[in-house]
Amino acid sequence: MSSINSTKPVGIEVSLAIAEAVKLAEVEVVAAYPITPQTHIVEHLSDLVANGELNAEYVPVESEHSALSACIGSSAAGARTFTSTSSQGLMLMAEIVFIAPMLRMPIVMAVANRAISGPLNIWNDHSDVMSIRDCGWIQIFAETGQEATDLSIIAFRIAEDKNVMMPLILNLDGFTLSHFIEPIIFPEADKVKKFLPPYETSHKLDLNNPLSFGLLGGPEVYTEARRDTDLALLNSRSHVQRIFDEFAGAFGRQYRLVETYKTEGAETIIVTIGSISETAMSAVDEMRAVGEKVGLIHIRLWRPFPVVEFRAAVAGAKNLAVVDRHISMGFPEGPVGTEVRALMYHEKERPRISNYVLGLGGRDVTRNHFKYIVEQVKSLGADKRQGGYEMVGVLE
Amino acid sequence: MKSAEVQFEKITPKTFPKGPDSLASGHRACQGCGEVLALRLLMKALGRDFMAVSATGCMEVCTSPFPQSAWEMPWLHVAFENAAAVAGGVDAGNVILRRKGKLPDKRIPVVAIGGDGATADIGIQALSGALERYHENFIYICLDNEAYMNTGIQRSSQTPFGASTTTSPAGSHSKGQSTWKKNMPAIAVAHNIPYVATGSPAFHLDLMNKIRRAAAIPGPAYLHIYAPCPTGWRMKAELSVESSRLAVNSRIFPLYEVIDGQYILNKKVDQPIPLVEYLKPQGRFRHLMSEDIAKIEERVNHEYEYIVKLSESFVEPLF
Repeated sequence: MSSINSTKPVGIEVSLAIAEAVKLAEVEVVAAYPITPQTHIVEHLSDLVANGELNAEYVPVESEHSALSACIGSSAAGARTFTSTSSQGLMLMAEIVFIAPMLRMPIVMAVANRAISGPLNIWNDHSDVMSIRDCGWIQIFAETGQEATDLSIIAFRIAEDKNVMMPLILNLDGFTLSHFIEPIIFPEADKVKKFLPPYETSHKLDLNNPLSFGLLGGPEVYTEARRDTDLALLNSRSHVQRIFDEFAGAFGRQYRLVETYKTEGAETIIVTIGSISETAMSAVDEMRAVGEKVGLIHIRLWRPFPVVEFRAAVAGAKNLAVVDRHISMGFPEGPVGTEVRALMYHEKERPRISNYVLGLGGRDVTRNHFKYIVEQVKSLGADKRQGGYEMVGVLE
Repeated sequence: MKSAEVQFEKITPKTFPKGPDSLASGHRACQGCGEVLALRLLMKALGRDFMAVSATGCMEVCTSPFPQSAWEMPWLHVAFENAAAVAGGVDAGNVILRRKGKLPDKRIPVVAIGGDGATADIGIQALSGALERYHENFIYICLDNEAYMNTGIQRSSQTPFGASTTTSPAGSHSKGQSTWKKNMPAIAVAHNIPYVATGSPAFHLDLMNKIRRAAAIPGPAYLHIYAPCPTGWRMKAELSVESSRLAVNSRIFPLYEVIDGQYILNKKVDQPIPLVEYLKPQGRFRHLMSEDIAKIEERVNHEYEYIVKLSESFVEPLF
């Protein structure tokens, strides 16, 4: 496929759109290993390198562990670096995922979210990325193809910002977003050049200014090293919104850390992450049409968690119905549910919090699921502290 | 150009690099450490115009306790098993930045350094991948002290037959390590890379010139360097260099190069010293009986003759 240069919407598979956006970002090194459903992204990038449209090094590594290892190497050399993975690939590279933030390498990684084994399952849920929740990367969930495309450019700008310098994971739902063909407006190349200047850093391997990276941290410094990494991640929150705003100024599409939909006057707010938010919006429309006081919150920035923005968004709601696409084995709640409950525990006006796990391993999530969830919330008992928990749609 | 014809500035006793090398003093290596000796010879051979990637292990730990670093050139450590992959990434970064004019138009050697466990066991996949991908300025150095010394002398696939370690202990039902050393140079050769060599800190000019040749030849190189560990071998620290010399002269660690597939024996050992002289100073072999030593000697001679035969066969270079 030839390069896209149009300000009109183009019908394109989202994976390919992400690759085109990464090309617009003038990435310099891509190191990746094939795994479904991420493959189309890196296949298209290797095409762009092969036909000369993208002046980059494509490193076809022998595993995901080596993919991220090579990415740390190229990022440390001072090159703009991208990789992509899913599921077992993310599990295999997990050891290295936790090291990259401490090294402050601004790598961008697209994760086409997929279930983890076992049993083997190539379809969509969030169990891959939830398993590395505490790794220290900035973690964003894309909802639509347009958003995934825009965020693929924004991601580098955030990661490489002098106030941030952290690696960034861009989550997109495997198949249900990655393989959909959507109408996408591509940011113009000249405007992207202005928005995202070439990566320049002194935080690199340099013969003229030799630095050592990855030193041993004993008990006397380890705590501080971890604290500093955490602070860097927490501090990135305001910069993420600032850069979203700058993007809006340049390209007209505004993103927020937490998106709200029809939450005004809502008694029950559904909380989602990822592409099912689109389905949830349709369900909210239908429920609103018959008088249900229902709204939706979509968490776009998962790490650092937008605590202030989230609390403000849910203010006034009586019920939160938090949707999870991952089971936290051995605990009666999914990870998003747990975090929301923890965030709200000390609030004076605390909504009743319920948690619903659904859509595991590629099982469809439909509007009826959200209607069912709202019905369940309405049928809860009088004790406002007692929320519900259910794995929805389990076949017996 | 054939790799054997690639020119480089040879080090002789007269041109031996003087002055401090790029590994600062004050590191925490044990007395008599063969690894750090090999590392310093590498530094003297390459000067400061290279980048190094260390695997987790003795050399990484003893040179980099925050906030101190002994490395006076650019250095990166990420994890245990991935030094080859990281170094391949550094090279890819350097290559594209050079192509874009962001770096001077000059090759930068990227040297990955791992111990025998990081190389031959847990890191062999990353190493194989990096060699196969043919990174242009990539040198892999295995500093082989024949066990996991950093974690306390556990056996690896490079531990020699009969050596007692903490996970291959000698006992009433055990002669120590029960397997023969995995042939890593042959595995590297099987990747059809232009340069593979063995080296020993006792033969310092040979070692340094091999490192220079590895840096001069475009394409990946693999160097397997013998590195005595007095602590782990239960040997007197002052015997480190002597034991390196005995290893070559007893044929247990032959010095050879493989350039474009052609084996070249660097030091012919027609009259080897008895193997027992090499084994005896090392406490790890203390339990061996004369018949055990005879069995090992037979294998050592067989492997040495194999290298001799390979070096006598002419191989037409692939490229």
